[in-house]
Amino acid sequence: MTTTTSTHLTTETITEHHHPHPDHRILGLYMFLIAEGMIFVGLFVAYFTFRAVAPGMQGELPKLELMLPGINTIILVSSSFVMNRGQLAIKKNDTKGLQFWFGLTALMGATFLAGQLYEYFHLEFGLKSSLFASTFYVLTGFHGLHVCFGLILTLAVLWRSRSADHYNEHSHFGVEAAEIYWHFVDVIWIVLFILLYLF
Amino acid sequence: MNVPSQVITLLFGIGLTLVSLWYGYNHHLLPIAASKEAVLIDELFNVMMVISTGIFVLVQGAILFVAFRYQREEGDETDAKYIHGNIPLEIVWTAIPSVIVLALSLYSFDVYEQIGGLNPMDHSSHQGVRQEISNKKQKMQSNGVQEAAVMNAEMPGMAMPLAADDSAVTINVSGMQFAWLFNYVGTEVTTGELHLPVGRDIILNLTAMDVLHAFWVPEFRIKQDAVPGRTIPIRISPTVEGTYPLICAELCGAYHGVMRSQVIVQSERDYNAWLSEQAVAMKEQNQDADSKNSVSTVALYPELLSDTEYLAPYAKKLGVTVDHLQAIQAQQQS
Amino acid sequence: MTTLTQISNDTTPSGGDRPKPEWRKYFGFSHDHKVIGIQYLVTSFFFYLIGGGLAAAVRTELATPASDFVSPELYNSLFTLHGTVMIFLWIVPSTAGFINYLVPLMIGARDMAFPRLNAVAFWMLPPSGLLLMSSFFVGPASAGWTSYPPLSTMGPVAGELIWILSVLLLGTSSILGAINFIVTIWKMRVPQMGWNDMPLFCWASLATGILALVSTPVLAGALILLSFDLVVGTSFFNPTGGGDPIVYQHMFWFYSHPAVYIMILPVFGMISDIIPVHSRKAIFGYRAIAYSSIAICFLGLIVWAHHMFTSGTPPWLRMFFMFATMVIAVPTGIKVFSWVATMWGGKIQLNSAMLFAMGFVSMFVIGGISGVMLAAVPFDIHVHDTYFVVAHFHYVLFGGSVFGLYSGMYHWFPKITGRMLNEKLGKIHFALNFIGFNLTFLPMHKLGLDGMNRRIAEYDPKYATINMICSIGTLLLAVSTVPFLINAVRSWFWGDRAPANPWNGLTLEWTVSSPPPVENFAVDPIPACHPYAYGKRPASMVTSPPPTPIST
Ligand code: HEA
Ligand code: HEA
Ligand code: CUA
Ligand SMILES: [Cu+2]
Repeated sequence: MTTTTSTHLTTETITEHHHPHPDHRILGLYMFLIAEGMIFVGLFVAYFTFRAVAPGMQGELPKLELMLPGINTIILVSSSFVMNRGQLAIKKNDTKGLQFWFGLTALMGATFLAGQLYEYFHLEFGLKSSLFASTFYVLTGFHGLHVCFGLILTLAVLWRSRSADHYNEHSHFGVEAAEIYWHFVDVIWIVLFILLYLF
Repeated sequence: MNVPSQVITLLFGIGLTLVSLWYGYNHHLLPIAASKEAVLIDELFNVMMVISTGIFVLVQGAILFVAFRYQREEGDETDAKYIHGNIPLEIVWTAIPSVIVLALSLYSFDVYEQIGGLNPMDHSSHQGVRQEISNKKQKMQSNGVQEAAVMNAEMPGMAMPLAADDSAVTINVSGMQFAWLFNYVGTEVTTGELHLPVGRDIILNLTAMDVLHAFWVPEFRIKQDAVPGRTIPIRISPTVEGTYPLICAELCGAYHGVMRSQVIVQSERDYNAWLSEQAVAMKEQNQDADSKNSVSTVALYPELLSDTEYLAPYAKKLGVTVDHLQAIQAQQQS
Repeated sequence: MTTLTQISNDTTPSGGDRPKPEWRKYFGFSHDHKVIGIQYLVTSFFFYLIGGGLAAAVRTELATPASDFVSPELYNSLFTLHGTVMIFLWIVPSTAGFINYLVPLMIGARDMAFPRLNAVAFWMLPPSGLLLMSSFFVGPASAGWTSYPPLSTMGPVAGELIWILSVLLLGTSSILGAINFIVTIWKMRVPQMGWNDMPLFCWASLATGILALVSTPVLAGALILLSFDLVVGTSFFNPTGGGDPIVYQHMFWFYSHPAVYIMILPVFGMISDIIPVHSRKAIFGYRAIAYSSIAICFLGLIVWAHHMFTSGTPPWLRMFFMFATMVIAVPTGIKVFSWVATMWGGKIQLNSAMLFAMGFVSMFVIGGISGVMLAAVPFDIHVHDTYFVVAHFHYVLFGGSVFGLYSGMYHWFPKITGRMLNEKLGKIHFALNFIGFNLTFLPMHKLGLDGMNRRIAEYDPKYATINMICSIGTLLLAVSTVPFLINAVRSWFWGDRAPANPWNGLTLEWTVSSPPPVENFAVDPIPACHPYAYGKRPASMVTSPPPTPIST
């Protein structure tokens, strides 16, 4: 997701009306997340509509175990705060701090995924058992893919942070991007948890 | 000659109105109107044609006019006079279309209500259409049905086949690749072409067995998708005797184009005679043990049956046998 | 806006000292928005020819009532791929091509906000197009470009899956493009250019970007669910398993209705920029046109169910969608009337670009009016899924989008290639196209009203004559592309050299050489005047080079 800063650099050297070229990557990321969010909105609305009208989702729906997903939710939500400390650390040029907090985040994310898989294997319904089951697996699975992607971003930040001064207080787009993405995945999970488990 | 521009505008306006009115009512674009609904819809269409012709002539006329009137002279490199807007004019051309579309939607809403689109089972809300045909004695009995219908409309997708009061003829219609089946509620009769008595209200409960189909009779101007797993009621009041094409209007597979049948609108007497004839035939067939192999009375469109090379693989796949039909019937009547 | 001195970058006609065109960059992963724009335009035109070829096959089948040219299965695949190619591989990417090429030039930027992302978005196009074509080897999708389940999940699995994947890829490409357009227009304008100093094409592109960003993902969601139904055998949309096919229709049209505005808004923008130039007159009602694009953008998001008036949607919903749909006539009407008012009292030069622009306005109005008729629920119940609808959408898509795109090509060809197109061939192209188009699609209104439904290979013989006329019109349309192709290819290599500003236009792209140098502007340009200040342009702009092309 990095852009060619080179174009900007060259223009800056030859422009007489010098004005700094702001970096728009964060804005671009937000735009991307609007699009991602709309996929989830579409799927959520489809889920609602199924519940309202589809013959396969009338009456009693399977009761879902709340214990494990509850713990999972707590882990994922708190990981957002953990991650934020990493970002605060790099703003103080503290690479070690960044590595610690991001490492912890990655661990928590992995735990979440493991918990999710565990839940999948212990549910009494499969992907094709019923309309509710299909919706459940597709929604949580699609979200799980996003967690995976967020995890990869986090690990990538960790990998890059090994070279000294790759991230510093002035330049840490990767850190910020990974964090914004992680918060997004988190918010989606909260909505999803309420819809599927509690509602 | 020095005619003031107001006069020209006025003359132009009158001319435009006359042309639009004339074309709107003389377009000969639609087939005959064979139902009460068709008459109402045609009137709406004519009104829209009047408006459309007006807008069409106005805009195209203006474009042609500027194309000839304001051509650049050879070698003229200067700009035209600077005009960047005219607020009153802009208000006018915002307001007029707003009024037109508002009026059109109100009018469409009214027509839709009259043809029973808002609630096909509710008789009271469109007496205007029905007055001549509805029988007073029967109307009084219809309250119970009405309530059921209201419920039905409130729960889309949950609609159930409804038997209307006996002022209306109720027929269960189901589409399948690539034929229609009509089950005349209250009788054993199931056919592949639709017979309707003229001058009565008809309730069709539409459903489909495999994929989406759509029931369309151009002369009735009525179309409705048949959705598997749902039953959707529509109301038709045929007014002109005759034979009309019945067309499947929703893409439903390779032979969608030949999924056609016909609607025969006949006098009440002919209709009743036909119905009892069919009932007898059905009964005989049911008793006949060998009838499993004879699909002849099964109601596939005759034209289709002759096209065996088309349908052979499908008929087999569908397994349209008498057993099958009875199953449908049982399902529909329960 | 205050009139500032024009800092001209290069107003002399680009002579022979131009670096030799490196044709190879057009086949590579270039980051230059101009190269990418050209890549988009050429690729999508190639797919237009393929889509047109498919249309020609459709019309050949329909020339006679019997189903005699191709098998009914294949016929279904033909129009399915015709619709898909025309929409996803021709109109949408070619408008993206114009946006890519023009927006940075018009707002004084050196490139798009994310050049590499831009290249990624483009390079998703050729593979997904080829993927789609490859489905001809395995039995292509045949459930229409709308791909309604349960039918779409019951046909050939491989073909349908390819269709889904290809559309998903194209959708992703269009989302990535949209991100770029929005951020570029929002953030990369030269500081002196306020929102209301932007050329109208930029307003339209912004509205397009917003629409694509918000609606395309929902289509992706629908296609994900559909592919599960298709491949795994879930039953989201299959009633026998408890699902609901109507939910798919809602999700599909939530994208595909806005998609029609994604296809027309950029063209509206192009027309708003072309008409003033060739009329030498200020655009009439700048703000009204600009803001109506935004209005159409938001209204376009709340009318989707007008494609489902006969699906069994609850009646009160139909009433809402009818009203919302009709309201779109108001902002669109504002645009149409403003264009006519711009030409009124102008100094019009009837060259090919202007002819296509005027043809656009005139044809689009016909399609728009039939659209408003379709919005009236009781009437739509009669004509839904008939040739009346086919006529409507070809008037807006061909008479609208395609005419507008041709107009844009004639208008900006000199800027893009540095060569002038031949006017005589252009006029022949216009005449053939205009006649062929009306011959093909005008009679379809009658067909639909009279009872001919769409998507059928075989029809009632009483429609034979009219269908024959339509098919002859198609032949004329096919022939009409020949002068254009000859013109484009010949002019690109051997045409007269184009000066920087052949039409004497005022937007910033005309201040740089034709074709513009890499990175567009040596120094940040300062707009000398409002882009539509015809009739009060500053003295420095009056003495711009004469519009006669310089021969080589
Ligand atoms: C570029 C593409 C494009 C555009 C711009 C439009 C524009 C419009 N469309 Fe169209 N439409 C399609 C592409 C497009 N459409 C396609 C592809 C389909 C079929 C899909 C399928 O089923 O395969 C379709 C189908 C379609 C339907 C469904 C028909 C059916 O299947 O039954 C409807 C119904 O409401 C509709 C309505 C409209 C309306 C009201 C507009 C309006 O935006 C038009 C507004 C413009 C004007 C009205 C003209 C200018 C205005 C004036 C001069 C002012 C005065 C006018 C009045 C007061 C009326 N369209
Ligand atoms: C932008 C969109 C667009 C464009 C430009 C067109 C252009 C054309 N369309 Fe299309 N059309 C659609 C979008 C479009 N269409 C859509 C969305 C559908 C609905 C599909 C569905 O129902 O699912 C449809 C459906 C559709 C049908 C209805 C099919 C049916 O329902 O059974 C018909 C029938 O006549 C038709 C005809 C044509 C014709 C004759 C052209 C002509 O204008 C084409 C003219 C161009 C040419 C003729 C090209 C010339 C070049 C050559 C011939 C050379 C060949 C070269 C090679 C093969 C390399 N179209
Ligand atoms: Cu049944 Cu088309
Ligand atoms: Cu639409």
